[in-house]
Amino acid sequence: MKKYDAIIVGAGHNGLTNAAYLAKAQLDVLVVEKNDYIGGAAVTREIHDGWFYSSCSYVCSMMRQSIHRDLNLTRHGLVLVPYLGTVVFGDHGDTMVSYHSEEAEYNQLRRRSPHDADAMFRFQTDLARYARLIRKTLLRTPPDPTSFRPRDIKELLWLAKQFWSLGETELYEYIRFFTMSAADFLDDYFEDDLIKAAMASPGVIGTALGVYSPGSAYILLHHVMGDVDGNIGAWGLARGGMGAISNAIAGAVQEHGGEIRTNAGVDKILVKNNQAVGIVLDSGEEIYGGIVVSNMDAKRTFTQCMDRADLPPGIYEKAVNFKIRGSSGKVNIALSGLPTFTGVADNRYINRGGQGFVGSMETMERAYDCWKHGRWSDDPFIESVIPSAWDPTVAPPGQHWMSNFVQYCPSQLADGPWTAEKRDAFGLTVVDKIERYSPGFKDLIVHMEVRTPFEIEAEVGLTEGNIFQGELTIDQLLFNRPFPGYAQYRMPVKNLYMCGSSTHPGGGVSSACGANAAREILIDLRRPNTVPEDDFGDE
Amino acid sequence: MKTDNKTQTSKLDPYAGERLKRSHFHPRQAELNLRDAWSSWNGYKFADYYYDEEYEYFCIRNSCATYDICPMQKYRISGADAHFMLNRMVTRDLNKLKEDRVTYVCWCTDQGRLIDDGTIFKLGSESFMLTCGSPSLAWLRKSALGFERLEITDLSDDLAALSFQGPTTCEVLKKMGLEGIQNLKPFNIMYFDIGGSSHKPLMVSRTGFTGDLGYELWIAPQLALTLWDELYAAGDDYGIQPYGEAATNMARLEAGFIMPGMEFNEALKTVNYQYDQTPFELNLDWLVDFNKPHFNGRSALLEERDRGPKYRLVKLDIAGNKPADESALYADQKCSVEIGYVTSAMWSPVVKANIALAMIDSDYIDGSIWAEIYYGKELRHHSKVVRCVLQNAPFWAPDRARLTPPPAF
Repeated sequence: MKKYDAIIVGAGHNGLTNAAYLAKAQLDVLVVEKNDYIGGAAVTREIHDGWFYSSCSYVCSMMRQSIHRDLNLTRHGLVLVPYLGTVVFGDHGDTMVSYHSEEAEYNQLRRRSPHDADAMFRFQTDLARYARLIRKTLLRTPPDPTSFRPRDIKELLWLAKQFWSLGETELYEYIRFFTMSAADFLDDYFEDDLIKAAMASPGVIGTALGVYSPGSAYILLHHVMGDVDGNIGAWGLARGGMGAISNAIAGAVQEHGGEIRTNAGVDKILVKNNQAVGIVLDSGEEIYGGIVVSNMDAKRTFTQCMDRADLPPGIYEKAVNFKIRGSSGKVNIALSGLPTFTGVADNRYINRGGQGFVGSMETMERAYDCWKHGRWSDDPFIESVIPSAWDPTVAPPGQHWMSNFVQYCPSQLADGPWTAEKRDAFGLTVVDKIERYSPGFKDLIVHMEVRTPFEIEAEVGLTEGNIFQGELTIDQLLFNRPFPGYAQYRMPVKNLYMCGSSTHPGGGVSSACGANAAREILIDLRRPNTVPEDDFGDE
Repeated sequence: MKTDNKTQTSKLDPYAGERLKRSHFHPRQAELNLRDAWSSWNGYKFADYYYDEEYEYFCIRNSCATYDICPMQKYRISGADAHFMLNRMVTRDLNKLKEDRVTYVCWCTDQGRLIDDGTIFKLGSESFMLTCGSPSLAWLRKSALGFERLEITDLSDDLAALSFQGPTTCEVLKKMGLEGIQNLKPFNIMYFDIGGSSHKPLMVSRTGFTGDLGYELWIAPQLALTLWDELYAAGDDYGIQPYGEAATNMARLEAGFIMPGMEFNEALKTVNYQYDQTPFELNLDWLVDFNKPHFNGRSALLEERDRGPKYRLVKLDIAGNKPADESALYADQKCSVEIGYVTSAMWSPVVKANIALAMIDSDYIDGSIWAEIYYGKELRHHSKVVRCVLQNAPFWAPDRARLTPPPAF
């Protein structure tokens, strides 16, 4: 019976990235995927004839350029196209457009608040400084602070040096930053509520926190640290949808001789003598490998796919308590035409950006209150983008698809399990809200795909439908991700590794988790490294 | 009285002679030039960009975009001797050029130094159109000495032209009613009706300067705005956008196309001895055909071919992400042996690579290549030395640029 060098469980973008680098190092690699398509949450699906939805993740900015280039992803069909700014909608018909020119943007902010227009420079500068520091850690394995191995000490010193290079004052600020709320952070800069709400919204995306919850400031940073071709904070669309990313990486896997099997869900990770030796598929088929790499989230890996008896004491409990709460839903809508929004100019550039239905700081917080009570928000925060206005390949000409990321939506409702009726009611809440800002919107709807955490977990496998494979709070970041002591991609069972977003540096379609894990695996297998060390270093 | 006088002078613009000419598409383009980013080309007011150069670049790679080529120089050369005259002027063999076809050419001085490059359209058995970046009437006249049966007409101001580039261009032209456009092969020409005409006043060639799928549209000035409006109406659902010089320069560099003033210094404008280039130095060997009878620069080029060019234009893939603009190139990391210079450089957003075109001393072409890159960071100047890797294929060459019919949308 064939034995692979490595079996990777889950053909999401990180699993594929991991496989590509292992295959590039001449390992005999197999990726197994439970669905009959690859991509995990970076996927494009033709759910309705002629419309290609990025069903889960929908925009991209953290994809490491060095990986893109190194794996020749362009040759494998990936083109990332930056999209333009976002229109933000306030509660009372207020709108705010982010323009693509600094001068136009400044003029517009001044119309709201001359103070905030000026403060924006300081805000962007501070954010860029913080973001740069975090960005440097993305393609590095976090050091273990309790270890005395030279490599860990060296890496700790490097990390300390990066922090110290901020200067003393900034260092204090930075430490505060990790535990602050987005609201507190923004209060130091802005006075206008809509500007604050607009800036705060990235701080809660994908997270069961509100804009006033401690920890949301870091998540804000996580969302703005990416860049498209050096434009920090810019976001891009993958031409052809997010599936183009996974497909391109899969192309790289195959180029290097790796194998990908779909319709191959994993029932169990096989452990013998405290070593991972292979997997058992749902079909009962056993496949053996030198190592097993789980691209599933930490909770799913340890509580669903492993025998508790195979785990060292305490790990099961850690996995059960791993913070991976479902907080968001997704409504994908096929439209017969481009919607227009009250108070927003019909401008080709604005039309090619996104929409942020934030309302106000209070509305954002009230939306979170609903989640706490086990209900979806009755006036939700929606982050939308209409990729077809910019990407000609995802909808029929003249028709459009709109991606709506919705917060908040719990994975467990207070009034019992999710049903199809509740799901549709959730979808209606979203559509009703958009209709308020875009009269006639509902008449444009051709098809709708409503996805609550329940659907996302069932389809993609993400526990509670959490988009980051675990929340990005300080207790679960860097050397604490997924668990303290296990942040270097090696898991408590020998020859078992993790490569998904449950590991450092977390979610956001960066490919960094998969790449970092591959680097560690290659060290263990004494193979030459094939993984880029940084994202072009000097900035 | 004084007021009258004032009114009079305000009608007469005393600076009229100093102002730039306006392209036939100017009324539409001016409306879309939100950043007032104008420069000039051959006396025309010309957009550097309209909104954002990178955005416009992505329109070329992702949807479709138009580039005003009214300022490009266009000459009609017709008559029984037209073919013979052009064939003596350019280095390529025009005997192979069929009617309704376009070919890329270059022409040289007697010393084999490159004057300019351009395209020749064979419009009829005795009718040609030559297009090029710089005014060339004087050289054309000189080249025509001894040929009596021909006429050279400068069409530059009298023919409106729009380059239309990007993956959705064919689809837009189809939607505009250009029947059969999908069958137009690269470098072929077709004629179409527009705005209710019946004499097919719109000439379309499948040509361009972006390395992507694209067309060039040629029409009489009085129909220019009709063409624009129909094109933009059809292109509305396909992401149409005007682009300027900045985006052109990005796209052509990815495609590996040379630019006057960047890769080559026009021979007739070169003061320093041999600071101009030969076609061999520019990797245009394939444009030089020694199997045809005498042509301008033939003997000098024969010598050059046998001797081998002193420099070679190369494509470089450069480490890091800092564009190597104006970098010097060295054979060693210590920068002790200088072997060439970068002519154009950029970060390629579509390939995610740091790319450049460069001239390298032929003797060092197979060795290691290092670039000394200068870059600024918040007012401070920095430099670094990084490794360069030669690349043979263009950085960007999608299949759709060659496919007939191109992929539909």
